[in-house]
Amino acid sequence: MPQDNRHHKDTQGTSLWRDAWVKLCKNYLALFGLAVLSLLCLVSLLTPWIAPYGYEEQNLLIGASGPSLQHWLGTDIFGRDMLTRIMYGGRVSLTVGFIATAVALLIGVLWGAVAGYVGGRTDALMMRIVDIMYALPFMIFIVLLMVVLGRNILLLFLAIGAVEWLTMARIVRSQVMALRKQEFVEAAHSLGLSQWTIIRRHIIPNTLGPVIVYTTLTIPNVMLLEAFLSFLGLGIQPPQSSWGLLINYGVETMEEYPWLLIFPGIALSLTLFALNFVGDGLRDALDPRTSKD
Amino acid sequence: MLRFALNRLLQAIPVLLIVISATFLLVHSAPGGPFSADKAVPPEVIKALEAQYNLDQPLWQQYVSYLSDVVRGDFGPSFKYSGRSVNELIAAGLPATAELALYAMLVALIIGISAGVAAAMRPNTLQDYLPMSAAMIGICMPSFLFGPLMVLVFGIHLEWLPVSGWGDMPGDKILPSITLGTGYAAYIARLSRGGMLEVLSQDYIRTARAKGLSEPLIIIKHALRGGLIPVVAFLGPAFAGLLGGSFVVETIFQIPGLGRFYVQAAFNRDYTMILGMTIFFATLIILFNLLSDMLAIWLNPKLRHQAGGRD
Amino acid sequence: MKRQESGSIFTLCSVYAFTLLSVLTLSGCGASENNVSAGNRSGTLHWGNGTEPQSLDPHIATGVPEHKIITALMEGLVLKDSKTLEPRPGVATSWDISDDGRVYTFYLRKNARWSNGDPHNAHDYVWSWWRALQPALGNLYAYMYFSIDNAKEYYEGSIKDFDRVGVKALDDFTLQVRLKNPTPYFLQLLDHYSLYPVHRPTVEKFGAADERGTRWTYEGNLVGNGAFQLLEWKINRRVVVERNPYYWDSENVRLNKIVFYPTENAITEERMFRAGQLHYSGTVPADKIAAYQSRKDPALHIDPYLGIYFYRINTRVPQLQDKRVRRALGMTIDRDQITQRILKAGQIPAYAMTPPNTMGYFPESDLQFNPQAARELLAEAGYPNGEGFPVTEILYNTSEGHRKIAVAIQQMWKKHLNIDVKLLNQEWKVYLNSVNVSDYEIARAGWIGDYVDPNNFLDMFLCNGGNNRTGWCNADYDQLILDAAPSAKSHAERLAIFTRAEKMLLEDMPVIPIYIYTSNKLVNPSVKNFSDNILNQPSFKEIYLEAEEEEDH
Repeated sequence: MPQDNRHHKDTQGTSLWRDAWVKLCKNYLALFGLAVLSLLCLVSLLTPWIAPYGYEEQNLLIGASGPSLQHWLGTDIFGRDMLTRIMYGGRVSLTVGFIATAVALLIGVLWGAVAGYVGGRTDALMMRIVDIMYALPFMIFIVLLMVVLGRNILLLFLAIGAVEWLTMARIVRSQVMALRKQEFVEAAHSLGLSQWTIIRRHIIPNTLGPVIVYTTLTIPNVMLLEAFLSFLGLGIQPPQSSWGLLINYGVETMEEYPWLLIFPGIALSLTLFALNFVGDGLRDALDPRTSKD
Repeated sequence: MLRFALNRLLQAIPVLLIVISATFLLVHSAPGGPFSADKAVPPEVIKALEAQYNLDQPLWQQYVSYLSDVVRGDFGPSFKYSGRSVNELIAAGLPATAELALYAMLVALIIGISAGVAAAMRPNTLQDYLPMSAAMIGICMPSFLFGPLMVLVFGIHLEWLPVSGWGDMPGDKILPSITLGTGYAAYIARLSRGGMLEVLSQDYIRTARAKGLSEPLIIIKHALRGGLIPVVAFLGPAFAGLLGGSFVVETIFQIPGLGRFYVQAAFNRDYTMILGMTIFFATLIILFNLLSDMLAIWLNPKLRHQAGGRD
Repeated sequence: MKRQESGSIFTLCSVYAFTLLSVLTLSGCGASENNVSAGNRSGTLHWGNGTEPQSLDPHIATGVPEHKIITALMEGLVLKDSKTLEPRPGVATSWDISDDGRVYTFYLRKNARWSNGDPHNAHDYVWSWWRALQPALGNLYAYMYFSIDNAKEYYEGSIKDFDRVGVKALDDFTLQVRLKNPTPYFLQLLDHYSLYPVHRPTVEKFGAADERGTRWTYEGNLVGNGAFQLLEWKINRRVVVERNPYYWDSENVRLNKIVFYPTENAITEERMFRAGQLHYSGTVPADKIAAYQSRKDPALHIDPYLGIYFYRINTRVPQLQDKRVRRALGMTIDRDQITQRILKAGQIPAYAMTPPNTMGYFPESDLQFNPQAARELLAEAGYPNGEGFPVTEILYNTSEGHRKIAVAIQQMWKKHLNIDVKLLNQEWKVYLNSVNVSDYEIARAGWIGDYVDPNNFLDMFLCNGGNNRTGWCNADYDQLILDAAPSAKSHAERLAIFTRAEKMLLEDMPVIPIYIYTSNKLVNPSVKNFSDNILNQPSFKEIYLEAEEEEDH
């Protein structure tokens, strides 16, 4: 029984993680994804020093122009350098993407795991709270938050995190409910392990697969949601930008100035593919059962 | 199972009550009233309008009278569309939205499950990467980009399909359904791949393989049931999301659906309309979540005992 | 792990094949005739109308989309010439104006009918105008009546008896209107929908006369006196009107039907137009204009529009209290750059609040783009080279167009004055609230004329004007607009008074004019007899459709 095998390993310490790392290193696609992500993060970090122009630097005389030697990725309708804007946009998008997703992940996984594991009335109560959150009119909610708390980027994380954890919680809960009746969990029970140990050692590692998959789905979602919220006036304000906003504006002029859509689109897609490869690699590496194959 | 469903329906009542109360407070505290306009509105007019819609009463009184109306199934008059009732507006928008959501769901399920299953059968090969990359593109291609692209290609350049409308011209339902469905197809593909991988490594599948059953038979008879649990858990929220989140697609394709009403209502501070639509959507979300939970239980025999036995 | 390959690839392929096949099969039927060519044959005009109408009651409606539909369904005493906007006979065949310009006598045509065949006469106007002045109705355009003697007093409740208001039916076909002051633009007001008559039996059949939101304007209920009558009103889908056989000029109406589409999204609307689903699109996305211009597309119509885009300055904000600061801000907006590089649709840079040639009025303005002088003014005000100037916010409502202009101005002020400006966009209702309660520093604004007269632009900035919102107040200005102008002896004298007032306004600069609007439209070449005018008000009774010999699609 592979489960027992893993169980056995687990009790010996953190070898699950070391094991996973070894497996991840063998997955070249995942490594490639990791490399791309690191590069993107590095570029974002260094942007203020390496960007060719200022992100707000306008040249209305040039206006929108295609890629050229001066402006490798062209300029937008204000004559601002697109390469610079994409680099600065990446800072915003990556920060929002990672932090808001982390918030959603933390709340969602804990909430779902507790609800699914404890079950009964607690589960019912917790899931009804999720239902309520789902049902509230998101936009009014955002507008109010904006008025009450003022406009800042922290609020953006909060708003996005507050929305994205709901689905995560549902997915984790259904997974946990399925898991807790499995033999190895019941075995752990009969061995007298504490509830918390069981959740930590057995439940959470076994739900990691779907959670990682859903996380890689959430990050792009978060980046686009950020664009929508910024468009509504919450979050970042011009002349700052983000990939989502750049794409948003690019769509409107995609017939006239296609480069305004294509380059930010490529930047976002590249990130997502990299994330996807890393996510899949992690999922496979952390999956206790693949060790046998 | 029946007891489980009844139990959940009973739980829905306090949930709805909280949703109504919270929304009521939210909309009434949002800045900008329903009657503010670009041109200055004379105070006499504001007074007359507020009197007509009972907005001059204390808030708790408005709340009580609103609740008693809702209990009787009356969502009140719309503030913005003078003379229209909220019930009437919801009834006018629902058919298009429901139809769109249904078609989009079909598109999503057919494409998503087949791509996900195909990928899971041979992980880390071309057969995995191709559909999964397509799914990734589907996710990062938001409908506000995918819709216009489809319109440009199929509507304007090839002139195969109408660029807008719903039921006005033959074929005008195709592009919106695909646009809305693709994003969800991508999610379903990823989730079903994950779920299938999980199941395919289980013992009973190995046993089945050892017994020499053919792979398609294993997939269809044994693996799908368990492998689709994550998908099923996602279906409830997804369907609710399709119903409520079709705003972008409805706008791009000029579809007379609920999504447009909802967003317009929020922008217009059409209090009764926001509340009515929220209650309506909340009810749908609760129902769909219940359905998807019931499906998950049905798919997972271990949970079946539990649902019967608890409470 | 060997046999699975063929099976799954088969599934995958079959799904994609199925999808592709279904798209292709269905697209076969998709190749049917488009709206434009079908409409050209049947005389049906397909009109992109902006948004879903909130109401078709002329005494309740306020928006432009509502206006378009209502002018098809109803008519006032006087019409405007579709090109010159000169008054033309409507329900009234002729009128007399007394020598002091205060009494108008209208002679109504005897063959005017309601769309159900009922006779239509002078009493309809007395009743309808009484209705429009009931406060309970919530008519936002009640002020359009205020040039009529005692109308304002009646509306505000200081006069209870409607007989004292200056409107009287002398007999069935003669209507007399007494004005408070000579009002040169009074005839124009009569073509505004807020002064249209409504059919009393129909209104009263569905509720009280002053009851808001009754069902009398619905499909199957509405009775009007215009060239068309309401056939269908499907919410968020379309409003269809058809020719009204009882209309007095029915034999000259050439369209059989008009279909109005609620097209909120300008980009969608433009695509619908290109695909031949619309004859007319009321907006053109700014970035598309260049493409239409470069291929000299005859569909593109760009015309001057009686409206101004401007920034309000909240004069209560400490750093904006000094008029030198406000002038400096106004002098460092490079309006030519904005109109030519960003708006790109022939908008006219504005250096005064009233659009030029408004009833022969040309505002005089000393406002110029002059960064050098502006820097000096700012230095005089205590901010040499922008030093010490607090970060100031430009507020605009969420919209791509407003964003572009704000971004450009933010940069111009930074460059020329070295001051830091933050941009703040708010969703429409939040923005309205902020402006109304003066919770802003500088805010984007726009004003579209209701009628062609400088008064409509200048009376906005009276001390207690509801649309002032800047905190600016000048008693001399009020005196000029409220007392001097109405009692002017001649047109020239009246214009001279407006010139003086406008100079005062620009001198203090509580508002920064930016550009004069243009109305940008796409009109299919098969639409004939379509006239452009500065109110952007189409005359549906004149339009007809005639397919080009060579249909382009």
